Amino acid sequence: MSGPLVNATRFRAEHSADWERLDQLVTRLERKSLRSLSDDDLLDLPRLYRSTLSSLSVARDTSLDRSLLTYLEQLSTRAYFQIYGVQTSPGRQVLRFFARGWPLAIQALWRELLFCAVLTAASALAAFLLVRGDPDWFYGIIPQGMAAGRDPAASTAFLRGTLYGNERDGLMVFATFLFTHNAQIAIFAFALGFAFAVPSVLLITYNGLMLGAIFAVFAAHGLAHNLAGWLLIHGTTELLAICVAGAAGIRIGLALAFPGAAQRMEALVAAGRTAATAMLGAVLMLSVAGILEGVGRQTITDDGLRLLVGAVALAGWLLYFFLPRRTVDEAR
Amino acid sequence: MNAVAARRSVGSMRRHFVTPEGVDLQLSLGTAGARAGAFMVDALLMVALLVAVTLFLLYLRVKQLDQFLMILWLIGFFLLRNFWFVLFEMGRRGATPGKRLTGLRVVARDGDRLTGAAVVARNAMREIEIFLPLSFLAAQASEGLADSFLTIFALGWSGIFLFFPLFNRDRLRVGDLVAGTWVVEARREALSSDLVGEPRGHRRQFPEAALAAYGIYELQRLEQVLRGEQPAAVATVAHTIRDKFAIASDGDDYGFLSDFYAELCHRLEQGLMLGRCRQSKHNDT
Repeated sequence: MSGPLVNATRFRAEHSADWERLDQLVTRLERKSLRSLSDDDLLDLPRLYRSTLSSLSVARDTSLDRSLLTYLEQLSTRAYFQIYGVQTSPGRQVLRFFARGWPLAIQALWRELLFCAVLTAASALAAFLLVRGDPDWFYGIIPQGMAAGRDPAASTAFLRGTLYGNERDGLMVFATFLFTHNAQIAIFAFALGFAFAVPSVLLITYNGLMLGAIFAVFAAHGLAHNLAGWLLIHGTTELLAICVAGAAGIRIGLALAFPGAAQRMEALVAAGRTAATAMLGAVLMLSVAGILEGVGRQTITDDGLRLLVGAVALAGWLLYFFLPRRTVDEAR
Repeated sequence: MNAVAARRSVGSMRRHFVTPEGVDLQLSLGTAGARAGAFMVDALLMVALLVAVTLFLLYLRVKQLDQFLMILWLIGFFLLRNFWFVLFEMGRRGATPGKRLTGLRVVARDGDRLTGAAVVARNAMREIEIFLPLSFLAAQASEGLADSFLTIFALGWSGIFLFFPLFNRDRLRVGDLVAGTWVVEARREALSSDLVGEPRGHRRQFPEAALAAYGIYELQRLEQVLRGEQPAAVATVAHTIRDKFAIASDGDDYGFLSDFYAELCHRLEQGLMLGRCRQSKHNDT
């Protein structure tokens, strides 16, 4: 037998130029992007990739050179992920998220969302009635730090001051802090869905309780509609966002507990991706709420206007989410 | 049974991953150690960045911009905590700096492209895996009174999630479970030199018994020894083979072994062609 003794040698001699060229292209792709390749490179890429793949399968069956196999495996893998496993451009992804992904995810979650909204309303009503019946309940629901003096013992003048007084300096900072805090809670509500959604439900309930308790305090002084204006200008957006985050968590918990016809793992993955899209949207909504709170509430001090802004915002969100859209595939 | 199927030991870290062209790439999953290392690197980088930016802002301290800087810091901290991993993993490499360093990347388990939703899902889950227990412990430390039940609960909780990857075959985090992803090795390897090369006229001859004694496993161990070029290891292996088959030493261990490798490789490859695959010295053909 003349020629090289073993297959690896023959193989290297015949194909290594192709492999090295593919290696260069893939490395360039990893470092930069598709735009860094010339037209010739782009035309060559699939050919080189396929020839490397076939080298790999042939080498596996005929060659015993371990390091050659390892090299071909890693090269093929890297090439595969650069060719098949790569995202569309960031710009297009953002566009798709707003045009389809986010609203479709919310539509897919409508039952859970409705449940969260009803739960919030019910727990708010319960807390309202409890605190009206016996003001001591208030201290059980709202921690001292958060109340900042707005408790059943406060005077009407003080309460009114908190609604209209040109509030202390650093309100923007405070609004920002509240946004990050709330967004963290939203992400948390999503993640806690993994514990069969129970903690997510508790978070939503507690949120409603606090709302009701605060309302009860102001209502006792006849300031209910003033508080409604102060709270709802951004509150409609904020409460909806928190409900969305809770709904996302509940969806994950439900998929885990009741996968239905699908396998548990598959149900969980489908739910996880839908819920994550919705949760990301909730974080965006909270940032809008933060702007409404920090800027809008400062500039608009009329109750009616405040309520109007809140109502318009809510109507806008609901229209955006639930306008019928062509469903091609599930929101991803 | 072909050479490929046999090389896959049971319980190994390799998984089938068939491309649309029908070739099985056999991805290697990232080990738990590499994953932990990657996370540590990322965590350190995040903390370092946070400290550096904070110090820089404190150093600036412009009176009129105080509020603005504060807002910037709050938003920055939030983004860093929640989107550091997301932004990096959505890139072309599917890896954070830590993962890049340890040679890992995130991949969708179904071989599809990694969607943004999946990346967000797998990283949002970190909230309950890492940050929740951490904040528990921080709260404990700040209060200074160790409520033992709560501490035990926090430790138990974090233990479950922290060691979750060790309790399943695919080394999945809870986040991977929810997002349908897994983390695989994405090493870059250069093509190593050819051990055999063109035929030379004066190869050493070996007794038939010596060549017949070994299989593919031994051949690839021998390859490792030759590529490692550790004199001690080379000498030991050469010595063993010579003793076993009563071959006289000629003082060139490395040359002896490379010739032996070439002959053995040649022989086993011919066997493969004829459908005889000898896995190791313990198998008969």
